[in-house]
Amino acid sequence: MENQFKTISKTLFSLINKDEVLTVSLTGEKSQFIRLNNAKIRQTGLVNDTDINLKMISNGTTCTGSFTLSGNDSFDLGRAKSEIERMRTESSQILKDPYVTMPSESGSSHEIKRSNGLSFENAVDAIMPSIQGVDFVGILSNGRMFRGNANSLGQEHWFETESFSLDYSLVAKNHQMVKGTFAGTDWNQNNFEQYLDQSKKKLKMMELNPVKIDTGNYKTWFEPAAVSDFINMFSWNGISEASIQQGCSGFGRMRNENIKLSAKFSISEDFSLGLVPKFNSNGEVSVERVPIISSGELKNTLVSSRTASEYGQVSNYAEPSEHLRSPSMAPGELNQNDILNEIDRGLYLSNIHYLNWSDNPKGRITGLTRYACFWVESGEIVGPIDTMRFDDSFYNYFGDSLLQVGKETEFIPSTSTYGNREMGGTTCPGILADSFALTL
Amino acid sequence: MRDKINLKSLLDAVNVPADWVGIREVYESNTPRMIRDGIPVSNGHYSTHGVMVEVLVNGQFGYFGTPDISKKGIEEASNKAYFQAKAASKYALHRFTDEVRPKSAGKYSSEFEKDLRDISAKDINIMLLDACNALKVSDKIVSASSLANVIETNFHFVSSNGSDVVQDFLMLEFDLSATAVDGANQQTRTFGGMRGTCRQTGREFLDNIEILAQANKIGNQAIELLSADETPTGEMDIVIAPDQMMLQIHESIGHALEVDRILGDERNYAGWSFVKLEDFGKMQYGSKHMNITFDPTVSSEFASYAFDDGGLKAEREYLIKDGLLVRGLGGKESQVRSGLEGVANFRASSWNRAPIDRMANINLEPGESSFDEIIGSVEKGIYVESNRSWSIDDYRNKFQFGCEYGKMIENGKLTKTIKNPNYRGISNPFWNSLKMVGNGDTYGIYGTPNCGKGEPNQVIRVGHASPLCLFENIQVFGGA
Repeated sequence: MENQFKTISKTLFSLINKDEVLTVSLTGEKSQFIRLNNAKIRQTGLVNDTDINLKMISNGTTCTGSFTLSGNDSFDLGRAKSEIERMRTESSQILKDPYVTMPSESGSSHEIKRSNGLSFENAVDAIMPSIQGVDFVGILSNGRMFRGNANSLGQEHWFETESFSLDYSLVAKNHQMVKGTFAGTDWNQNNFEQYLDQSKKKLKMMELNPVKIDTGNYKTWFEPAAVSDFINMFSWNGISEASIQQGCSGFGRMRNENIKLSAKFSISEDFSLGLVPKFNSNGEVSVERVPIISSGELKNTLVSSRTASEYGQVSNYAEPSEHLRSPSMAPGELNQNDILNEIDRGLYLSNIHYLNWSDNPKGRITGLTRYACFWVESGEIVGPIDTMRFDDSFYNYFGDSLLQVGKETEFIPSTSTYGNREMGGTTCPGILADSFALTL
Repeated sequence: MRDKINLKSLLDAVNVPADWVGIREVYESNTPRMIRDGIPVSNGHYSTHGVMVEVLVNGQFGYFGTPDISKKGIEEASNKAYFQAKAASKYALHRFTDEVRPKSAGKYSSEFEKDLRDISAKDINIMLLDACNALKVSDKIVSASSLANVIETNFHFVSSNGSDVVQDFLMLEFDLSATAVDGANQQTRTFGGMRGTCRQTGREFLDNIEILAQANKIGNQAIELLSADETPTGEMDIVIAPDQMMLQIHESIGHALEVDRILGDERNYAGWSFVKLEDFGKMQYGSKHMNITFDPTVSSEFASYAFDDGGLKAEREYLIKDGLLVRGLGGKESQVRSGLEGVANFRASSWNRAPIDRMANINLEPGESSFDEIIGSVEKGIYVESNRSWSIDDYRNKFQFGCEYGKMIENGKLTKTIKNPNYRGISNPFWNSLKMVGNGDTYGIYGTPNCGKGEPNQVIRVGHASPLCLFENIQVFGGA
């Protein structure tokens, strides 16, 4: 794959004119998917998919294009040449962009991660016997992923990794569910079976009599998976500098009104885990760690080079969409064993679902409880709760209402497979909030 | 430009002892162009092209999605798909036959008068720039944007039991957006909410809408919202415009009736459903005014087609008749698994994903009431347009939706403008509170390009058409 990328990019660079700058990037995967329902196989297959993306800067304009790499060099080169010609023609037709961002030659990188993963041939036998006897539903996503970037100024990046993710739910007879995601790079059968056993034990707790609770405000513990979902919302009309400038960000209050979150809340963009490439789709390389919010104070937004040019900011080489690629929230002091006592009376939420801004400028997010969510009385779990809707502001639960932050962080892998398998995930602890609003 | 492939000849390259083989080729290009604040931010042309080779072995399907459309590539793909299916077959959830891939042959093309692809990049840029400038009616408009995305999809499906289906689609997504800011008050107004203006159409759609007039109206309404009162909190009547009904239908009817959800396939991702298999033919889903159709035959709607991706012929069917649930959204696989009648809705997002039960066009049929009759019947309530926020639980029960623009209804008349209109409810009682349905004059055709579902995940296009509707005694509320 890397050789194909090098061949096609070098050939294309030889075709461009002196006043043209071309960036070529690649997103590819060779994946296996096994979809499961009721501990049986619903659908299964393999996907080889690689896209070449082109960005040409010429005549004060930026034109972009992409096509699927077929694997036939002459065929693919024909497609690429056709795209170059199209972009060249359009660059003389479309409006000039005063904020054209030229790529830079800021160094090259090469990273190939080898691992002892789960072979496509063995996947069924590795998983299926262990999940029998329980209502298991979910998906195995498995295989290699590739990212490449090169520009006509001489910069080259390559990143290749292999990973698996078994993302699943166990379902009790009363329809209560437990969520699990066994993910990694090296497959270890014992570790998988132990992880699954933990989920099965948790499922037993879901067989307790459900508790009906009323709407209102409750002291609430959020497991790391739930905190991760809140943090992911920052990538949508949140942390983006362009969003703030264009009046579409929940972070506007922090920027414009000097509102601070809790001193216990710190989050950064942290590439040190090495699970995603440090280079973005323009080939720009971020520093290893960008503090976003430190002790409750907004330190940095995510600034792409284009946003920097348009609004007079300094780029921190965010992606053009200015979303978090490797967020990491700092741990606190609350021990895992003390969580139930600290809740005393309130909610223990393992997962949340279907989040959306209900009032973006005020930071208000609505969504629902899902999976292992419990009512706690006198520091003990009473039983699972029925699904409840919440509607509350992150300025509350990451702000004045934030009582404590968990001592242990978890890595919550991204399991998204829209278009292609995503890399990376979110590292974060759980949090305890004094008040959280349930509305329906 | 799509490369022409002789797909039928590639079936000969398949050399595995499968009970059935299908090859589904998809080429798709998206050409988005966008102007924001007077500057071009997108002029792209993104294409994807590949095939999915699918085989049936011992009652289990296996697939291989590949961009290598050579004979060698298809041979390798079929071998690997065969291995996947065979290995999985001892744990098959259901043992299928080729009954679920019926033999079918035919063609479909989107209807249009003037080809969208004939508009030059220059002309679209200028049209969008003019629209963008028209949106900026005040210095308080801090951001204005205009977007047109032309989508071309070519689909070809052949199979070992004689299917040969060719479908060509030409689509347009069009949007205008203005964000007004005054201090901490931010308000965004768009052309139909959340990219809701999307059609199978030609250039005539752009010619027929008065783009500059619409842009001016959207800009002015964004400014109007800055000084509008907050939406009141309380239980009251709500009149919902078609561009918000689009999402109401999508989330609280469409997804709930997908039979693969009811069968549990989606429980780890999108969720389950409050509807059970035994509810079909018995459940009063909504009031007697409620008539919902699965209708892939509306020529200009976003998700019209002649065959689904398994080859089943697509026909209009009632899902809900006079409020009674009569049919689910289940393709052939779901039909044999559930024993229910279904529809031709077995669809995939592209060549690299396997088909599952999806919506197509799910429409609320017009009633008898005029706009004035509906508004005139409300003593106290709100009128809302254009979705901006959506959320619903994994059983499709508890929803909450936010809209861009609202008006108070007082004593049968539209009065002052209100900002941040939100409402929430539970699907079944909500639809049973449907009191009046607008006539054809109040009807609007919308859709969404971003319906997410499935594992691996798939985004698909769906259409929703609806008249104006009145619901009584709904929880409404405003901003924080």
